[in-house]
Amino acid sequence: MSRILASAGAEFRIALRNRWVTIAVAMMALFSMVLSATGSAPTGALGADSLSVTVASLTSLAVYLVPLVALLMSFDAVAGEVERGTLPLVLTYPVSRAELLLGKFVAHLAILALAVAVGYAIAAGAALYMDAGATAGLPALLRLFWTSLLLGAAFLAIGYALSAIARRPGAAAGLAIGLWLVMIVLYDLGLLAAVVADGGGYFSTEVFPWLLVGNPADAFRLYNLAASEATAAAAGIGGAAGTIPSAHALASILLWPLAGLVLATLAFRKVTP
Amino acid sequence: MMTTLTLSKVTKTFGTNRALDAVSFSVAPGERVALLGHNGAGKSTLMKIVLGLIPFDDGAVSVLDAAPGSHAARRKVAYLPENVAFHPSLTGLEQLRYYLRLRGENPAQAPALLDKVGLAHAAQRRIGTYSKGMRQRVGLAQALIGNPRLLVLDEPTSGLDPVSRREFYAMLDVLAAEGAAILLSSHALTEVEARTDRIVILSGGVMVANDTLAALRRQAALPIHLQVTARPEQADAVARELDGARMNGIVVDLTCAHDQKLARLGQIAALGAMIDDVEVIPPSLEDLYSHFSRMGEQGTNS
Repeated sequence: MSRILASAGAEFRIALRNRWVTIAVAMMALFSMVLSATGSAPTGALGADSLSVTVASLTSLAVYLVPLVALLMSFDAVAGEVERGTLPLVLTYPVSRAELLLGKFVAHLAILALAVAVGYAIAAGAALYMDAGATAGLPALLRLFWTSLLLGAAFLAIGYALSAIARRPGAAAGLAIGLWLVMIVLYDLGLLAAVVADGGGYFSTEVFPWLLVGNPADAFRLYNLAASEATAAAAGIGGAAGTIPSAHALASILLWPLAGLVLATLAFRKVTP
Repeated sequence: MMTTLTLSKVTKTFGTNRALDAVSFSVAPGERVALLGHNGAGKSTLMKIVLGLIPFDDGAVSVLDAAPGSHAARRKVAYLPENVAFHPSLTGLEQLRYYLRLRGENPAQAPALLDKVGLAHAAQRRIGTYSKGMRQRVGLAQALIGNPRLLVLDEPTSGLDPVSRREFYAMLDVLAAEGAAILLSSHALTEVEARTDRIVILSGGVMVANDTLAALRRQAALPIHLQVTARPEQADAVARELDGARMNGIVVDLTCAHDQKLARLGQIAALGAMIDDVEVIPPSLEDLYSHFSRMGEQGTNS
């Protein structure tokens, strides 16, 4: 444990010096502010408190932004050490590769938590300022916060796996961006196309829900929207959410970080310094 | 425990290239062993095998009675890689604190360690701003952490100035006196000569020599140089008497085999007043090194 904290401490310091902490926090804060400014108008029409509506908008934002920030922080984790030549020395220390990865994971997750907390606090502050009754949306916001961390954790771990597989920072960055594009943007489009082509057949009823819940980003969206009807209404994919038990979605976002870390450790073990 | 490090018939092949071919030797506690060889002779490969960084194909390696790279071995082994690298964003102090924590040592030792390698003034600066010699010192400092029983040092003095080199070898002497075994590689043969107990020479992955410097000199039977300084105006006469070649106005250069050394010295002494001084120059480590390397190459070619 002390070894994990030691590498987490060093890793956090490096991220601070490399401005990653600043970049992540600024990015989340900026997007939240834009969202608050544009999202404050339609409150009355939906009959929900303004914070719940903000949470719905934040959910859509987090699905894109949190995995992106997580992948940007993690793609360099192993490949960067290989390129800098710092790996041989640290691997002769009495520390396991899993512990080294966990150290990076703790540091990166802490940075992500900070960025997400700042971003959401800004949005929540704006909503509460506009609408005193918005405190009804606080549980939804809290849920959004910890599920965002799980989503980030999943993509951090996947990023480490890509980094260990690629072994060069350039290749790892390419893989990370490609993965983000496929899992966040193209995946849903592909599923949508398949559902339309299938026309309500076996695929739509039996396969589609599992494919949807199998993607951590979709599971994250489903869980947050299913838990709050108001937000589901606002986001407009409540229909899909209805067919999948939210426990499945929760299981998916809980299992992905673990599976990702196992995968990353296995890939890291194959790296010879 | 008799030996700290034992290699027996260690073989490693990269593709078709045999990097190490049945290499066997051992290092005892307190012993300083120099590993010599050309670039590509297999020195770094051998070190990485000892550290457990890369697997080997055949043979056996025992590090402090444990498998190389096992947790037990890593706790007691320190390593200084060739061209050691650190994250440029960390300061020397932060980097050493990190390494101390990884070894379960008190991070408060970091300033003292940096002071020991003469980096106290740069402790708060980022390693990205360090020169190669300074990075090498950080590497040395981390190798001193936690009373290691075996130090594996790959070209430890590269990038250091002569004064720092001497300080570094003095540090090694202290560690060896406390019972640490030291395996180091170097290109600077002259500095290894005085500072190590035994020499292992690798040539094309084959171990061609493994002995003390004195024993290697006997084994190689390279000629010994005797430089005789004659009294003024006597150089020609001395050269004639001793059947040697005159180097300059007063020095006569003689070469002889090891077993003729005393007889030759007797002849010189017999000339008495004609001689001002005599210097016995044994074959240098460079001579020995080329001799054994050549033997190794002939061995692998035939």
